[in-house]
Amino acid sequence: MSMEILTEDQQMVRDAAAGFLSASANVDSLRQRRNATQGGRGAHDPALLQAMAELGWYGILLPEDQGGVDLGARAAGLIAQEAGRNLSPLPFLGSAVLAAAVLRDCEDQDWAAKLASGEIQIAFAFEEGGKHAPDHVAMQALAMGNSYNLSGAKRHVADLTGADFVITTAQSDQGLGLFLLATQGTGVQIDPLATVDSGNYAHLQLDHAQAEAVLAIGERAETVLANALRVGRAVAAAELLGLADEAATRTSAYLKERKQFGMTLASFQALQHRAADLYCQIESTRAVVAAALDAIDQADPQAESLSRVAKAKATKTARLAVSEAVQMHGGIGMTDALDIGLFMKKARAAAEILGDHNHHSEWLLQQKGL
Amino acid sequence: MSDLESFRASTRAWLEENCPQPMRAPMTEADICWGGRNWQFQSEEQQIWLERMVARGWTVPRWPTAYGGAGLSGDEDRILAEEMERINARPPLQSFGIWMLGPALLQFGTEEQKRHYLPQIARGEIRWCQGYSEPGAGSDLAGVQTKGVDQGEYFEVSGQKIWTSYADKADWIFCLVRTEPDAPKHKGISFLLFDMASPGVSTKPIQLISGASPFCETFFDAVHVPKDQIVGARGAGWSVAKYLLTHEREMIAGTDSALFGSADLVAEAKAHIGLDSAGRLADPILRAQIADFLVDEAAFEAELEAARAWMRAGKMIGVQSARLKYTGTELNKRRQELLMAVGGLEALAWDSANAADHELASLWLRSKGNSIEGGTSEVMLSILSKGVLELG
Repeated sequence: MSMEILTEDQQMVRDAAAGFLSASANVDSLRQRRNATQGGRGAHDPALLQAMAELGWYGILLPEDQGGVDLGARAAGLIAQEAGRNLSPLPFLGSAVLAAAVLRDCEDQDWAAKLASGEIQIAFAFEEGGKHAPDHVAMQALAMGNSYNLSGAKRHVADLTGADFVITTAQSDQGLGLFLLATQGTGVQIDPLATVDSGNYAHLQLDHAQAEAVLAIGERAETVLANALRVGRAVAAAELLGLADEAATRTSAYLKERKQFGMTLASFQALQHRAADLYCQIESTRAVVAAALDAIDQADPQAESLSRVAKAKATKTARLAVSEAVQMHGGIGMTDALDIGLFMKKARAAAEILGDHNHHSEWLLQQKGL
Repeated sequence: MSDLESFRASTRAWLEENCPQPMRAPMTEADICWGGRNWQFQSEEQQIWLERMVARGWTVPRWPTAYGGAGLSGDEDRILAEEMERINARPPLQSFGIWMLGPALLQFGTEEQKRHYLPQIARGEIRWCQGYSEPGAGSDLAGVQTKGVDQGEYFEVSGQKIWTSYADKADWIFCLVRTEPDAPKHKGISFLLFDMASPGVSTKPIQLISGASPFCETFFDAVHVPKDQIVGARGAGWSVAKYLLTHEREMIAGTDSALFGSADLVAEAKAHIGLDSAGRLADPILRAQIADFLVDEAAFEAELEAARAWMRAGKMIGVQSARLKYTGTELNKRRQELLMAVGGLEALAWDSANAADHELASLWLRSKGNSIEGGTSEVMLSILSKGVLELG
């Protein structure tokens, strides 16, 4: 029970996402992916990518002249929330949100239209270390005639395995640049990773790899990157919210069904109060996630701060939700057969993607001069 | 110009014309106009401001005009609030009559009761207090034992209430009284209204750990309460009380209530702890605790704003008000703990004469009551686990 006010368009997007994801990109799909890719070292299921394109999700943030449907960040957040609920193994955040946001702000027509239609898959590479630090860019871009040659490494690039192209940040003679490269090109090496959440992550190694396109450079690139990260972290927060909400819902259902000492677990006040506290945390999170997404859509100056609070809060709430979920399920919660553990694994990975609670609360402190 | 735009324009013009300058300044607890039979206006402007707002029905903007209100829609009410805020206009009148009894009467009162009591509340003529808790009935509020014995024309009320805010200053009380001693606990309570000047009523202020307080103990010794001063049916007082408590929590959510605190933690931290050479708060562990708090606080602000938007859209918050109360008051306790840690030894200052209003230590101690009054945090969690999660 919550207090969410949505437009008709937003409700339609959410209902369509809930319907499709719960039927076709659910926890079972994640288990299949885990088995088929030895823990994540493999591309996404092509059938799911096709379905995403048909639903228009790659174009959710793109304007019509770039081939998109332009429904905004809030709508993207609603899809991500349902994806979080279903642990959907999809390239939504990496391709449909981050890569699309970069192409939108670069006002690129061709690549954007191809992404929106699902003709090509594009990943976005922006991390070089073990913690979120998009300002740390050591990858070098050397001017070569009309184009650039890139060398260096990006780590843990989401949705890279199986992608046709990758957008990456790199340092150029004119400052930060955003470059698009073909993943099959010369000097491009991709090392798929097995991770605890069976997600699609890979390291990217570039050795004099030629850029297909220079999307933005200098101050423009800084702005485009900041815009993309802002919407990305708000959408990532929405995904964590959906995940936390589903973990809590499944836990409440289990409390009503499981009996010990001759009564249901739901009749124990110690558990009732913990479940209710978790509900409160989830509703705070829901409110700030919606506020961040709406602020982005309205170009509100608070959007940057709200997006960071949203990601910090969602990270913390999801961590609480999954640890309470495993604990309240008891022994069965520790088994691989039950889905709850998969929620815990995804929450851990999603916490790190685009910055955790500490990262964003540090930003908030510095913003306030502390 | 749309209807709402022209309402805004005329409201702005009227406020500009009619709100006295001294009533456009930030106020403290001491500047509140509570009204009542014995009210002494603190200034001529306070009186003029109240009279003008009363004449317009704007002390209770959403109530029907027949009962002293202005019959404003939710949007109009919001615009009025925004326009008042724009010029820092003080609320002309605050009272438990407006916040609590009025909404209960609108829902459960007879037409005659509405026409009698509501305009008096709107005009600030009667100051009300709330007789709910008893020494033996705190969280278990339905366990009230104050008895009302049927004496034909009247109930004879005897017993004791506690935590009655401003009982020593109030003119009338709305009170939970057990009139049906043989009925089950929740079915034996009636919601009675009576004059605090009635023979047999006495009050005694309560000193708190934080210093002086508006709370009182209130004693009833064979007080005669006429039978027509009952709201709702005999034995149906618990429904009225529950409605009112929910409304109270909604009201808390809709305003910048003192329960959620106002001190500027960031500014206090800079002033008392200082920054290190890297420009960071010099106490790194306290800094991390503040960071954690700021995230939760910002999320809660978004939650309050969502609740206000929900109410503006004309929807009821209902049982969900329990989460706003729980989260808001628990956060305020954390804020006060952090403020004390920030203040260090300086924050221990204590002058019992002024403590309640001014001092950090007093506010810190007072905040401990936030998660007790109006339903404890544990009661809120029980309400949510049963009413929302359907556990138990």
